[in-house]
Amino acid sequence: MMIESLKYMPHPKEANAALAEHFTDLAPALNARKAAIESSRCLYCYDAPCTRICPSDIDVASFIRNIHDGNINGAAVGILKQNILGGSCARVCPTEILCEDACVRNHDAEGQPVKIGLLQRYAIDNMSLDEHPFKRFPSTGKKIAVVGAGPAGLSCAHRLAMLGNDVVIYEAREKSGGLNEYGIAKYKLTDNFAQKEVDFLLAIGGIEIRHGQTLGANVQLKDLHAQYDAVFLGLGLGASKQLGLTGEDAPGLLAAVDYIAALRQADDLSQLPLPSRAIVIGAGNTAIDMAVQIQRLGAEEVTLVYRRGFEAMSATEHEQHIAKENQVRMRTWAQPRQVLLDQAGRVRGMLFEKTAMVDGRFGGTGETFEIAADAIFKAIGQSMDETSISDPLAKTLKRDGDKIHVDDQFRTVLPGIYAGGDCVAPGQDLTVQAVQHGKLAAHAIHEDLKSLTEASKVEAA
Amino acid sequence: MADLSIEFCGIKSINPFWLASAPPTDKAYNVVRAFEAGWGGVVWKTLGEDPAAVNVSSRYSAHYGKNREVLGFNNIELITDRSLDINLREITQVKKDWPDRVIIVSLMLPCEEKLWADILPLVEATGADGIELNFGCPHGMPERGMGAAVGQVPEYVEMVTRWCKTHSKLPVIVKLTPNITDVRAPARAAKAGGADAVSLINTINSITHLDLDQMVAFPIVGGASTHGGYCGSAVKPIALNMVAEIARDPATKGLPISGIGGIGNWRDAAEFMALGSGCVQVCTAAMLHGFRIVEEMKDGLSRWMDEKGYTSISQFVGKAVPNTTDWKYLNMNYQVIAQINQDDCIKCGRCYVACEDTSHQSIAQLIDAAGVRTYEVIKEECVGCNLCEITCPVQGCITMVPQETGKPYMNWTQDPRNPRAENVKVPETV
Repeated sequence: MMIESLKYMPHPKEANAALAEHFTDLAPALNARKAAIESSRCLYCYDAPCTRICPSDIDVASFIRNIHDGNINGAAVGILKQNILGGSCARVCPTEILCEDACVRNHDAEGQPVKIGLLQRYAIDNMSLDEHPFKRFPSTGKKIAVVGAGPAGLSCAHRLAMLGNDVVIYEAREKSGGLNEYGIAKYKLTDNFAQKEVDFLLAIGGIEIRHGQTLGANVQLKDLHAQYDAVFLGLGLGASKQLGLTGEDAPGLLAAVDYIAALRQADDLSQLPLPSRAIVIGAGNTAIDMAVQIQRLGAEEVTLVYRRGFEAMSATEHEQHIAKENQVRMRTWAQPRQVLLDQAGRVRGMLFEKTAMVDGRFGGTGETFEIAADAIFKAIGQSMDETSISDPLAKTLKRDGDKIHVDDQFRTVLPGIYAGGDCVAPGQDLTVQAVQHGKLAAHAIHEDLKSLTEASKVEAA
Repeated sequence: MADLSIEFCGIKSINPFWLASAPPTDKAYNVVRAFEAGWGGVVWKTLGEDPAAVNVSSRYSAHYGKNREVLGFNNIELITDRSLDINLREITQVKKDWPDRVIIVSLMLPCEEKLWADILPLVEATGADGIELNFGCPHGMPERGMGAAVGQVPEYVEMVTRWCKTHSKLPVIVKLTPNITDVRAPARAAKAGGADAVSLINTINSITHLDLDQMVAFPIVGGASTHGGYCGSAVKPIALNMVAEIARDPATKGLPISGIGGIGNWRDAAEFMALGSGCVQVCTAAMLHGFRIVEEMKDGLSRWMDEKGYTSISQFVGKAVPNTTDWKYLNMNYQVIAQINQDDCIKCGRCYVACEDTSHQSIAQLIDAAGVRTYEVIKEECVGCNLCEITCPVQGCITMVPQETGKPYMNWTQDPRNPRAENVKVPETV
């Protein structure tokens, strides 16, 4: 993997089995009794705010009522028809800022929302269907290329297949699932769930996945455009943002997502390189995932440094709480100034400058301090991997900042080429939103192709 | 603290809480535990002729609420399955040990005077305070011509009551079945036969739910089931109405009533009393929670009485009866309109959809630019049905506010809109 630069480091002290215990379900599943109690708390609101806020349009009140009435399969299919990755979304969605924040039970004397995420997981985990719940429509004869087997691409592929189209997914990595497989903290998606979900999704039929196919390297957009009736780009954001400091490529400094991916793929956690003191730069959920996981692996001291205050962190309060519970030190109002290296050229720490808001303006105060560390993990955001859209056709895609511009039907400016998920603007970079993009793009593709076919029939006549 | 003691048809009791004739009063062991817990009296589980009844296995089932709370309870047990002799001996001993507690003996026999004449002296000899005639058991026993089979025929009720009054000096309480069109008929018959009191309701014919795999109702007895008798919280509204019907019937006015049916707390008891019950009998709540519930019932009733200034129970028994009337005497000019307290509203929208789908479209859903929902009553459309107030999950958020109409009391018999009005002339032009 891409954590070669840490290979000189020691390994965790604990054996794999003991380490694995630290990465079991962060939020354990509900049992039947808990699900019954929790589902009975749902008020079955009309025009329910949880449903209105769900980025993937899940009818929350309905699936919870089905759970309560003992119709688990009905609950599960209700979720899946809107969100085929409902199982992973139930685990990774920041429900505390979505459905559970909207729940009316926050307002009354209880002040406790219904545990919607856990109920959704309960429905998906406990469904018992004899076959895939969705049937494919009659074949359209159309063939569509989907680039990226992450949440957006998988969702798009599934919906396209359901609508009667054949799909080929081009995926750069060895496994499907995207961030669910490579980028989410291990304790949020346990038991190989991402792969199980992909297998479930593919059971609809009509979807072929080709791995090791990297856009801009061994696959070119112009070729896909020529070979397929339509192309959907679910590229994600493949590049980690840079600090812009000297020494950024020194051994001991790397992107958090690379370490998380290695951790998630490791068969033996005790063989991972483990810094005894680590710094994590950033304040998003990835920064928290990184800091907490390395702490759980046995790091002595993990410091998360953010240039602004807690209230400005994109990690939710819930996530910040997880960090605190795991003894992650959080240092706010400080920005990286210099990577400190030892004589061998390896990371020995980082020099920070204190920051402040002065007269409404953010800036450094000039005051500096050092934090000693064996490794520094960057988690300051992801951006488009430019090499993936570097062929002549891809270069003509209109961009919004570094993201791909799409209209409200997820059409890029190039006819027949669509995009969705984290790679398009505007995006919240949420799994659930990527699923929604993929689903809606599939409908747009399907309808556009149908219109084209009908138009050509009229011409032929 | 208020005095909870009562005198019910001549029987003195330290408090108005008795256990009804049922499994909790089946034998001395249970009854002693009940008295230790503080119950004022028991109606001993129904005695019959020997040989004693035999019960089946699997006897109860329940109708559950949303969170597995038992709303209603169903049983297919018969009367006592122990011999008459054992029961009589135990009753004698318990009464001797607990002289300040009431023991009423429930009886059920075929409609033959000799059988009643023979058993009554034996019951009297135990020292029991009275007898209750089980004319209500709806399952099993009616197939043998007893229980509800008697209670459903007013002539039988009167006849057997009279036998008991003839052959015993003990107060006679007639327990009525609700499985009848008009409960006033057997109550009147009981009174005509000389009954000292009536008690009601016995259980209601019921099937609670089914096993849809085996296609059989609960409780299951070897692959089959039978209807049982329904009791518990769910039957309280039915029981309250039947108690009120008898309390306000001129023919039975003043006849003491022992209220039974879904009583589980002091408030239930106070409601039965307000509608005319001089004492109450409890079974299901004790079967679900044990005898200790009487502690909170006594405490709650006593504190409520203190708060209201009642020093004895007789001061409020029947106090709601005059306010229970026929529909035709309700005030047609009375008007309430729903009012939503926006500070308490949690914006669940239940009032809106209930009114919009099933009532009078009297609630508006307003959506502001930020998507925030507000629900407002359209006063001109509101008929004051209470549906919104009922479906609202926040207690006190929606209130039904009486309106100043400035109009006098006018009931349906006086209403010009009534084509058959008794007291108004319909204008000739109509």
